[in-house]
Amino acid sequence: MKFLVSRYNPDRDAKPHMQAFEVEVWRGMMLRDALLEIKRQDESFAFRHSCGEGVCGSDGVNVNGSNRLACITPVADLKAPVEIRPFPGRPIIRDLVVDMSQFYAQYKAVEPWLVREDPMPEQEILQSPAERDRLDGLYECILCGCCSTACPSFWWNPDKFHGPQALLTAWRFLADSRDQATEHRLDALEGPYRLFRCHTIMSCVEACPKGLNPTRAIGHIKQLMLEKAI
Amino acid sequence: MALPRRRFDALIIGAGGAGLNAAIQLADTEARVAVVSKVFPTRSHTVAAQGGVNAALANVLPDNWHWHMYDTVKGSDWLGDQDAIEYMCREAIPTVYELEHNGVPFSRLDNGKIYQRPFGGMTQNFGGEQAARTCAAADRTGHAILHTLYQQNLRARTHFFDEYFAIDLIRDQEGAVLGALVLEIETGEPLLIEAKATVLATGGCGQVFRTTSNAHINTGDGMAMALRAGIPLMDMEFFQFHPTGLAGRGMLITEGVRGEGGYLINKDGERFMERSAPHAKDLASRDVVSRAIVTEVKEGRGCGPRGDHVLLKLDHLGEEVIAKRLPGIRETGRIFSGVDAAREPLPVFPTAHYAMGGIPTDRHGRVLAPVGTGEEVVPGLYAAGECACVSVHGGNRLGGNSLLDILVFGRAAGLDLLEHMEAHHRPMDEASVDRAMARLERWDRKGEGLSVRELRDAFRATMEEHAGVFRTEAVMREGLDKLRALRAQLDEVRLQDHSRVFNTARIEALELENLIACGMAIAVSALNRKESRGAHSRPDYPKRDDVNWMKHSLYLMEDDHLDYKPVQTKPLTVETFPPKERVY
Repeated sequence: MKFLVSRYNPDRDAKPHMQAFEVEVWRGMMLRDALLEIKRQDESFAFRHSCGEGVCGSDGVNVNGSNRLACITPVADLKAPVEIRPFPGRPIIRDLVVDMSQFYAQYKAVEPWLVREDPMPEQEILQSPAERDRLDGLYECILCGCCSTACPSFWWNPDKFHGPQALLTAWRFLADSRDQATEHRLDALEGPYRLFRCHTIMSCVEACPKGLNPTRAIGHIKQLMLEKAI
Repeated sequence: MALPRRRFDALIIGAGGAGLNAAIQLADTEARVAVVSKVFPTRSHTVAAQGGVNAALANVLPDNWHWHMYDTVKGSDWLGDQDAIEYMCREAIPTVYELEHNGVPFSRLDNGKIYQRPFGGMTQNFGGEQAARTCAAADRTGHAILHTLYQQNLRARTHFFDEYFAIDLIRDQEGAVLGALVLEIETGEPLLIEAKATVLATGGCGQVFRTTSNAHINTGDGMAMALRAGIPLMDMEFFQFHPTGLAGRGMLITEGVRGEGGYLINKDGERFMERSAPHAKDLASRDVVSRAIVTEVKEGRGCGPRGDHVLLKLDHLGEEVIAKRLPGIRETGRIFSGVDAAREPLPVFPTAHYAMGGIPTDRHGRVLAPVGTGEEVVPGLYAAGECACVSVHGGNRLGGNSLLDILVFGRAAGLDLLEHMEAHHRPMDEASVDRAMARLERWDRKGEGLSVRELRDAFRATMEEHAGVFRTEAVMREGLDKLRALRAQLDEVRLQDHSRVFNTARIEALELENLIACGMAIAVSALNRKESRGAHSRPDYPKRDDVNWMKHSLYLMEDDHLDYKPVQTKPLTVETFPPKERVY
């Protein structure tokens, strides 16, 4: 099967170019296996990867135009020649490796940690199963970046718009019955950019390899803001 | 060329659960803390832990830490140190509450308390009925914990060096550790980090075996750094093969599946664990279940066209339980085996999973090295998590005790370090810096040679064949010769890619050196231990031998030297659990 892979080595190349590789495909092969096979053919090929089972979030790439996690993308589902590029809109460091610092900065900007004002109990803070259920579909995010780097609003304003990943995380804490910083979190999301640059294009939903729905989370935040404003 | 230098009070190498729980103890104080990680912190392998973390909270069934302690001593096949085990099982309870307070989204019971599931080897009342002790966030407990710890470190403004690879420790003439030489992966530039204390929290070395549940990054970097600094590795022959790896793939299917009521069957549909462990059945200890599976396959009762695996049945649990408690497993089965676990059983076979051995420490995380006939603390050096060996797991680790180990001893190391940090930095030892730089510069050698890939593939295959689940003298002796020959070939390996920026080929070369160092420790220690205990199973010495072998192995890199030290059988406050036969 033919793979076209984006190559860029700043030591050598003025700009990225595509390079073709022929890879023998086997049953059950994932895209990460194919990338490893390409690395066997050319050790200078660089991409991030680790767990191989879709939980560490290292190996997000753009394949045939969509952002995917390579280790859980079956090669059999892909149309040949398979075109593999780095995430769009991020500065390229080398080959498929991009600079994700702005993505991480937006994650940090939503203060992604539980805030508790009350003194801690001696045992656990109680939470009913129903309250805990509200975190399903939110806490599972693996920070792979497939969503935010597929979002046109994030492409245009990565310094000002939090992007779908960070907003999903913002809602994860707003939705947690144990968190006591609701006002502060909502205040921090005011303004024309941080939250409101989302135009519900929903590329994020399509891109998420874990089946999460950042657009819905953003809707919940807007709804809560509205409720608080009344 | 003068190396760029940075100074911190504490340097933590590794950003998994152990490193981050050490860092959080320090970050809330005045201390300046650097965390170095070769991957972005939430990519660390703690993220892959599924089933849960053990603590005798008694939320579901009666429980107390003393029962947990008994189970852990028995699970270790009496090789674990009982003082450290007592400490861990007591600390488990506040540790889990602290995690919850920090935001971990644990699954919940109807009364709002943390959900706890049954796990292998966990009993009530010192070997009685099954206990429910394993605190879980669905089947994504490690992910939930790692992300929470990272988040709390962000709050506390811990200084992260993301995507920096640690080359070697810097030690002075007296043996004190002064920091480490690290490499910024993005630029390819070395950096010297000086610290009053250094914590190794680099995780395991499962990549030494070809089939493993471990991530690409689990290459034993910290263990090998310790070896190169003249520090031994302890009990490396004890390597856990998790019974239920996805067949042919190696990725983990949590013991939580069996905890929730799943069970194993052979090609005749027989629940063979009823035969192999009549009391605990499918929730017997992991070494017991792994051997039972391998025996089924060896004796021709395996499943599939090649008869090379058994089946894990969970479809009888029903859609609802699977969706609620095991959603990740269903996803994994579907993606990698094309099997919907809610309808069909999953094909499974043991997979290399966990190093019980590691860098010897006391229960404060301080690294110990032999001096004369005894041992002493290595000044300025700590180790915690899978890279360390306290030892709480002894010959075999129980499920749910690894998250516990990393959290309890990561925390202990952070706290001890804070209390005993020296007032001033010791002067850098330039000779030691030169040695570390030489390790890096060796990979600048050009020309034709063996590739990293060729040597790595050969080494991992040899480890699997000669140091796997069943170990006989002949198989291991032949293996050791082969492994030594492969190690000798390291010198012939050349990189073709000498570029600076994000050179992953160079990182893999440095990792290969680490893998080989760890693999040799496993093979040498295994050949020498002439008994069967825990995960170390020798058909030629099928019995445990407490008279001659109730002792810890210490492997030193120089001359592949082996030494031994006694097991600590005296707990802190309670009575010793004397050795007895281990049946489940």
